[in-house]
Amino acid sequence: MFAVSAAVILLVTVLILVGIRPRLKARSELETPPWSKALMVGGGVIFPVVVLSVLWVLTLHDMSALSVPATSPALTVNVIGHQWWWEVRYPTQGVVTANDVHIPVGQPVRLNLTTADVNHSFWVPQLTAKTDMIAGRLNTMWLQADKPGVYRGQCAEYCGLQHANMIFYVVADARVAFARWMSQERQPPVQPSDPTLQQGQQAFVTSACTACHTIQGTTANGRVGPDLTHFGSRVSIGAGAVPNTAGNLGGWIIDSQSIKPGNIMPPIQVDARQLQALIQYLESLK
Amino acid sequence: MALTVDERLEELWEEEPGLGSVLSTVDHKSIGKHYIYTAFAFFLAGGVEALLMRTQLARPDLHLIGPEAFNELFSMHGITMIFFFVTPMLFGFGNYFVPLLIGARDMAFPRLNAFGYWIFLFAGLFMYSSFLIGRAPNDGWFNYVTLSNHQFTPALNIDYYTLGLVFLGISTTVGSINFIVTILKLRAPGMSLNRMPLFVWAILATSFSVVFALPSLTMANVMLELDRRAGFNFFNVAKGGDAILWQHLFWIFGHPDVYIIFLPAVGIVSSIVPVFSRRKIIGYLWLALATMTTAIIGFGVWVHHMFATGLPTLSMAFFSAASMLITIPSAIQIFAWLATIIAGKPVFKTPFLFVLGFLFVFVIGGVTGVMFAAVPFDQQITDSYFVVAHFHYVLFGGAVFPIFAAIYYWVPKMWGHLLHEGLGKLSFWLIFVGFNLTFFPMHILGLLGMPRRIYTYHAGLGWDGYNLAASIGSSVLALGILVVLVNFLLYGLRRGAPAGPDPWGGDSLEWATSSPPPAYNFVEIPKVQGTEPLWDQPELRDIGFRARDVEMTLAEGHDTMGTTVVDAEPESVLTMPEATYTPIVTAFGISVVFVGFLTLLLPIIVLGGVIAIGGMMAWLRPKELPE
Repeated sequence: MFAVSAAVILLVTVLILVGIRPRLKARSELETPPWSKALMVGGGVIFPVVVLSVLWVLTLHDMSALSVPATSPALTVNVIGHQWWWEVRYPTQGVVTANDVHIPVGQPVRLNLTTADVNHSFWVPQLTAKTDMIAGRLNTMWLQADKPGVYRGQCAEYCGLQHANMIFYVVADARVAFARWMSQERQPPVQPSDPTLQQGQQAFVTSACTACHTIQGTTANGRVGPDLTHFGSRVSIGAGAVPNTAGNLGGWIIDSQSIKPGNIMPPIQVDARQLQALIQYLESLK
Repeated sequence: MALTVDERLEELWEEEPGLGSVLSTVDHKSIGKHYIYTAFAFFLAGGVEALLMRTQLARPDLHLIGPEAFNELFSMHGITMIFFFVTPMLFGFGNYFVPLLIGARDMAFPRLNAFGYWIFLFAGLFMYSSFLIGRAPNDGWFNYVTLSNHQFTPALNIDYYTLGLVFLGISTTVGSINFIVTILKLRAPGMSLNRMPLFVWAILATSFSVVFALPSLTMANVMLELDRRAGFNFFNVAKGGDAILWQHLFWIFGHPDVYIIFLPAVGIVSSIVPVFSRRKIIGYLWLALATMTTAIIGFGVWVHHMFATGLPTLSMAFFSAASMLITIPSAIQIFAWLATIIAGKPVFKTPFLFVLGFLFVFVIGGVTGVMFAAVPFDQQITDSYFVVAHFHYVLFGGAVFPIFAAIYYWVPKMWGHLLHEGLGKLSFWLIFVGFNLTFFPMHILGLLGMPRRIYTYHAGLGWDGYNLAASIGSSVLALGILVVLVNFLLYGLRRGAPAGPDPWGGDSLEWATSSPPPAYNFVEIPKVQGTEPLWDQPELRDIGFRARDVEMTLAEGHDTMGTTVVDAEPESVLTMPEATYTPIVTAFGISVVFVGFLTLLLPIIVLGGVIAIGGMMAWLRPKELPE
């Protein structure tokens, strides 16, 4: 397609240049050269009809080739768009996570795409075309990564203030690594024995955090924001706003508005010691 | 004391100069200039919005402009350029030149014409007043639900959008109806449909498209406003409404609108190519038919904006084919122009340079357009910067280059002074280079995965250099536009050499009268015998100022000639209205009504209604007929 396009642009450019070349002898104003009609009909009708017919057939071929994967997907992932983050659910396994989509390499995965609020669009440029998430509808698509790696994805349908920071990562693991990840996700995190971590957990469950976030195995069961059960293993904070590091996490807890203005998480009032404990606790949730 | 014919016409047609005339004029030429001035002001506003966005995006992770302002800027940029610049600009040229090109003395409905302009101006001010309270539309020019629903955007931003566009739609609709009637009924005797200038064909096709496409947008906006303000649920999914419905209604208007923008620009190109190639256009009939075909097929391709929404494969296959089909009339036009240029002996004046620039840029936009018809490619690349690149090649390349060509081509006729050729060429090269530097890298950004409508991006994604190039390009482009403005203000308005009636050796009737033309356009209504009347009929060359056939001067009253639709046989003498304040008063009343709807204050609505109805009553009051 790009080659044909380049050829068309080149052809027209050459014709423009032919048109503006210096003339040695002037032609009569009224004479219409016989080739001119041929150029118009050949270039304007015959050439596009031929090229477009071929392109349309190729389009239909690719559409049918891409509409279903070679093998039936064994794994289904539900992705739910929120302003401005991604809820990721593995319904069969009962696993809930956010902003990272873990998949096994080399096999197709079915995605059920919905939205909790406005329209979004699921797009991982390196892996697949995009599909919109539309209020009141369920769209499905499939995804396959052939090489292990972390693939960046981003919301492609304008969804309001923080459309720019609605990023996610597809983490494609070899089959064994994926199985290990899955079994870990299915367990609630180990209850902390370290006193600092215990203090962090205490800070979490006694604060406003629980109104919006869930951590399994604790009393925190809010549903508004991302599930933080295995937060420590996530790639990013704030749906790709910043990398998941202790420093960024601290900044996010104290004032996420300065990092991602307009997101619904309010600034959290904690003293420095509590903050350190909270950070260590959350980062320990692998 | 006997007056000569032109003195008599002068007395009948001339409007009192001054502010009063600015507000009360019904002369299509004054209204055309009003449109062009106003639309250019909106162009500058939309351009400043674009420059602010490009500044914010010049480097990764910049925080010059917050997300709220950025989203308002990109929304208003699109709304401004599409609704308040391109179409009104082309309607301005249409207003000024359609009557001249068809040998008429005014538009068919001069007061409606004035009314349309005032509505456009007031709707523009209404839309821009949103910035004053910091609530400019912020859901894009496409205003998708459910983000634009009351639940997710409760503030007035969206109400400005819906009400503003319904408001503006009045102007576009009456303007189009006026064009259709003018073109079908006021053509000079002998100018049968198959002799109409191609620009007139284009305005006719566009006007029909507006009449059929715009109701869909107006309807959608009324429905959304009812949802937002009156508890309806057309788009409220929770109550059984549908979120895709908006997209269909919007694009049933939105895609034909691309051609509404593009066709008049193409008409400009078809006017300029033969004049500067110094020969008749090749394939006149093909070009006229291609114009109409584009307008018609344009209604069958809207779904290609929605390939990623999860539609059935069969429907996508159909719209893919339709979207490819529409390439053909455009290809015919491109090759007809190329054939004309190659067969002619081109003269490289600024208008022609912009036309050549158009050809190159538009073909790039055209081939990337075909790519979107290939569904799997579209699903990958839609809503990425590739789309931003594509439609700027089509709209800036396809419409704005021709608009600049038209400025250089027609300003001498409108103001009587030639523009400076050196500055003209400088502006062309700045615009051409700036444009490509701004928008070509966006193709690559899209392929690299950069989505549209994001106010910032992280470093390290390989996007930085292309964004910086685009931002630098936008400044070069802006500089080029500034040169055009300076050229116009300095040379077009006063210092330029006198243009004379026909500076370019043109083929169509506007060059047969003085520059600027007198209020009555032509002393004598011409009798046309071909598609290039001034080249074929030397006797028409001074018809603007010399009368040969007294019967054709229609100097008995404030009159123009009505002719039959197809063959333009003389049919009637139409008496035209005089300057009046009724259109501006009526338009003002309607503006007050819209302010009332925005603020939901009943007294304001009633007040506006009273003013508007009063204005209309004065407007429609029958004139006493002479004994």
